[in-house]
Amino acid sequence: MLREGHEVSCLDEDPESHARLEVGLEKGWEDLGGQFTVGAGLETDALEAAGIERADAFIASTDGDNTNIVIAQIAQRRYDVPTVIARILDPLRAEWYAGQGMHTVCPTSVAINMLESAVREGASREAPRQASEPAEGA
Amino acid sequence: MYIIVVGAGKVGWNLTRELLEKGHEVTVIESDRRRYLTVEQELEHNVSYGDASELWVLERTGIQRADMVIAVTGDDEDNMLICQVAREKYQVDRIIARVNNPRNRPHFDLLGIKPSVSATDLILRLLEHEVPEYGLVHLLDLQEEQLEIIEMLLGKDSGVTGRRVGDLDMPEGSLLISILRSGKGFVPGPDTVLEAGDEVLAVLDPGHEEQLKALFGPEQNGAGAGA
Repeated sequence: MLREGHEVSCLDEDPESHARLEVGLEKGWEDLGGQFTVGAGLETDALEAAGIERADAFIASTDGDNTNIVIAQIAQRRYDVPTVIARILDPLRAEWYAGQGMHTVCPTSVAINMLESAVREGASREAPRQASEPAEGA
Repeated sequence: MYIIVVGAGKVGWNLTRELLEKGHEVTVIESDRRRYLTVEQELEHNVSYGDASELWVLERTGIQRADMVIAVTGDDEDNMLICQVAREKYQVDRIIARVNNPRNRPHFDLLGIKPSVSATDLILRLLEHEVPEYGLVHLLDLQEEQLEIIEMLLGKDSGVTGRRVGDLDMPEGSLLISILRSGKGFVPGPDTVLEAGDEVLAVLDPGHEEQLKALFGPEQNGAGAGA
């Protein structure tokens, strides 16, 4: 998104994550206009330092579902960020919170769909390993 | 009453034990396998293994018929969301959440998780009660009702000793409700004269503590004294 010319600010507890951001970049993260803040997503000081008050969009994608759901609601309710997205691995809760009006992305469901369609594609391309009973009326 | 307790740490385990002794039906959910096995030796079928953040775990525990959910894990996000889901998805009337880090309390409020209980806050209150230099002790916070009850000990240097209650310039939204003097309590009237050593209880709208502290605290260079 930084490449597309958006202003992107990243908040992470681990200072080392900054190096990961720069992998594959021709220039430094800050040189390209990026911002990086070290801090916890539940700390309002850290969120404000990262510029949440003027954000047009907010993505909560830490490695913890619960943290993401809480921070997303903080972004929505406390800071009125217009677009808020939460990464939720647990499909059941992703679905329920989506029903409550939260924009959720569930990598688990996405992966299941991809795996399923990969299996179906493979099955239609290759002959079954064993000739099964011919289906009636096939 | 059917009560679900989440987290079988020291708080959850003892709470479950107490609630069972009081005759309630209780299930405590614990996500750590080893802890679960330890607790299970005593609580047997009253403890259930699983991550209560997951809906199916809550459903397996019978959350649909629960009268109360108490989330006391060591993780504030877990406690918040378990209570949120309990109330908003499963219509559990009564929820109680433990706050581990007092800095997270505004988040509990933001998500409407009430009441929330913070051990740190409780200890602070106790400290205020035991260490008189604070001058003013919070006895009770009625958050829903937007009222507080506080206690003040009048020192010899208090600006109000020797004055009639009726003459006090009490801030609007505050009221003296009782005085403890020599071990006895009574409700003051306008003619009651305040004495050093009185313990004064007042009820007030939140935000008036400082004004009351100034009024009842040590007399300061005439400020408030000449009123």
